[in-house]
Amino acid sequence: MLKMTHLSKAYRTEVVETYALRDFSIHVRPGEFVAVTGPSGSGKTTFLTIAGLLEEFSGGEYQLDGSDVRGLDDNARSHLRNEKIGFIFQAFNLIPDLNVFDNVDVPLRYRGFNGAERRRRIQKSLERVGLSARSRHYPAELSGGQQQRVAIARALAGDPRLLLADEPTGNLDTHMARGVMELLEELHRDGATIVMVTHDPELAIRAQREVHIVDGQVVDLVAQPRLVRSAQA
Amino acid sequence: MISYYFSLAIRSLKRNIVLTILMIAAIGVGIGASMTTLTVFRAMGADPIPGKSARLFVPQIDNWGPNKDSGPAGSPHKLQNQLAYTDAVALMNAHAAARQSAMYASGLPLIPANPQLQPFQVRIRAAYTDFFPMFDVPFRYGAPWSAADDSAHADVAVISRELNDKLFAGADSVGKTVNLDNHAYRIVGVLQHWEPIPKFYDLIDEKFGKSAEVYLPFTRAIDARMDSWGSFNCKESPAGGWDGRLRSECIWIQFWVELPTSADAAQYRGFLQNYAAEQRRSGRFDWPPRTELRDVTQWLQFNEVVSDEFRILVLVSFSFLFVCLLNAMGLMLAKFMSRARDFGVRRALGANRRAIFAQCVIESGVIGFAGALLGLALTSLGLMGLRSLLSKSIAALTHLDAADISIVIALAVASTVIAGLYPTWRATRVQPAWHLKAQ
Repeated sequence: MLKMTHLSKAYRTEVVETYALRDFSIHVRPGEFVAVTGPSGSGKTTFLTIAGLLEEFSGGEYQLDGSDVRGLDDNARSHLRNEKIGFIFQAFNLIPDLNVFDNVDVPLRYRGFNGAERRRRIQKSLERVGLSARSRHYPAELSGGQQQRVAIARALAGDPRLLLADEPTGNLDTHMARGVMELLEELHRDGATIVMVTHDPELAIRAQREVHIVDGQVVDLVAQPRLVRSAQA
Repeated sequence: MISYYFSLAIRSLKRNIVLTILMIAAIGVGIGASMTTLTVFRAMGADPIPGKSARLFVPQIDNWGPNKDSGPAGSPHKLQNQLAYTDAVALMNAHAAARQSAMYASGLPLIPANPQLQPFQVRIRAAYTDFFPMFDVPFRYGAPWSAADDSAHADVAVISRELNDKLFAGADSVGKTVNLDNHAYRIVGVLQHWEPIPKFYDLIDEKFGKSAEVYLPFTRAIDARMDSWGSFNCKESPAGGWDGRLRSECIWIQFWVELPTSADAAQYRGFLQNYAAEQRRSGRFDWPPRTELRDVTQWLQFNEVVSDEFRILVLVSFSFLFVCLLNAMGLMLAKFMSRARDFGVRRALGANRRAIFAQCVIESGVIGFAGALLGLALTSLGLMGLRSLLSKSIAALTHLDAADISIVIALAVASTVIAGLYPTWRATRVQPAWHLKAQ
C-alpha cells in the first residue's frame, strides 16, 4: 500500500542542508494499522506530509498503492491524493463557514461525483461516525470529539485506500480521545489501512505495529503481533 | 464546479462583512469616478457622423502668412480655421469635390404669420444645397433647394422640425413662406430633428451649440448682407462696408467638401496647394503656399473639441481607479492569506492549484461585480451632478446606455480579477503542510 525505500527529504539554504528524513524506508501493507512514533522534530510529520503527497521528497523511492509517485505534477498528485488518501488532522481542520454536510462534501466535489452520489456518500460517512443528525451544524457548534468525527467522515467519504492520521487525539480530552481511537480501530477491523503519527505510547500500543523515527531515520521496527482491542482502555 | 465556487465566494464574502464592504467600496468608487469622466469624454469625442467622417473634409488655406503667433523659428503657425469669402467662393466655383458647401451662421428676426406669436430671432445657416446630402441631413417634408436655386440666389428656405412645430403645428409647410426681417422665403423642406454633437460642421463658436432653425442659400444670404453671427476674425479691419468685407482677408466662412475616396482626397490636396501657389503668383500671398485638408476626426482634434484638460482629468480618474484597485488588491491579499489554512485543507483533500485558482478568481469576480453595481450607482450620481454643469446638448448625451453598463461591469470585473491575480497566485502557492499542523 505504502512503500518508501531509502527516501530522503532535505531542506536547503545557501549555507546549510538539513535532512528531515534520511535513508528512510517503510512498508505498510493493505489492511495494516501502523503507528509512527518518535520525539518532537524526529521527522514524523515530514513523513506524513510526504506520504500524503503534500510535499515532495529529495531522494529515494515512494510507491503508493503500486504507483511510483516521483516526478508527478501537481494535477496528478492532487488526483491521487483525492482518490487514495484520507487525512485526519490533530486540529481537525474543518472549514469553519461550511456546515458538517458541506465539509464532508469538499473532497467529493474535487472527485467530480454528481449530486446524488455525493449525498449518498456523505450520508453514509456521517452515519458511520454517528453524526448524521448533525449534518446542518457548523463546526463551532460541535465538541472537539464531534469535530474530529466529522473530519474522519470527510476522510472516509471518498473510500480512500489509505488513512493518514496526524495525532488524531492530540486536541481531545481523554474521553473524546477514547471514542476517536475506538472509531479508528473499528475502521481498521473493517479493512482500512491506517498510518497514525503519534508521540503517545498509549495510542501507539493499540496499533498493529509501531515504527519509531529518530533524527529522520527508522531506528527499529517493533513487531507487535497483537490484535487491536477495541474495548481496551 | 463553477456554481460551487460561486457559493463559496458568497460564503466567504459574508464571513467578513467589513472587509468585503471595504473591497467593494474601493472598486465602486474607482469605477464610479473613472466611468463618470469616461462617459462625458465619449459623449464629447464621439463621431458625430459615423460612416462618413472619413469622407468629409475641411480645407484650410493660409491667407495671413507667418505672424507674431508663429512658434519658435522653423515651426509653422497654426492655420486659420475658417476661410476668407474670396477663397470660399473660389473653391465653390472650382467644383473640385464631389460635394461642397461654403457656409456661415447668421440670424434674423422672424415675423410669424400667426398674429398671436411675437416676432423672435432665429438662427440661420447660409449654405449651398450640397450641405444637406453631404451631412446626411434627414428631411421630414420636402427636399433641399436645388443647385439652380443656389445659382439664382433664390428666396427659398429649409426649416427645422422645431421651428415647423412652432409655426405650423408640425404640419407639412412646404410651399408656405417664412418672413425673415420682412422678406418672404418659400419653404422647400422641413428637417427631422437634427443636432449632431459635437456640432462638427461649425466648431468655431459653439462646439456643442444648437443647430440652425432656418437654412438659406449662401448666395441669397450674401445678397441680403446677412451678418455673420459666428466668429469673424481679421488681420486688419476691413474698409468699404459689406463689399469691403467680402474683398477682405477676414476669415468667417466655414467650408466642407465630400471626397469619396482617398484618391479624391489626394487630388483635392493637390488642387488646394495649386490654388495657394496661384494666389502667391498673383501677388496676394507673399509667403510659401500652405494648405491643409482635415477629415472630421482630425478637425475635431484640431479644434480641441475634447480639451487637454479634460483628457488629463480622464487620465487622473483612471489613475484613481488604479489606486483603488491597488487598495482592493491589498485587501484581497489579506483576505486570501487569512484563509491559507482553508486552502491548505482543500489542497490536502484533493484540490489542485487550478481549482484553488478558479475559486479565488471567481471570488474576485464576485467582488468586482458588486463593485460594478456600486460603481454604476456612483456613475449615475456623478453624471447627474455633471449635467448641471455641462451644456444641455452634452448633458443629453451623458447618460448610461446598455453599452456603457456593459463596459462598467466588464471593466470592474476584469480589473478586479486582474488586481486579484497576485493574491490568487499567492493562494495557489500555499504549502498545505505548513498550515495543517496543530494550531
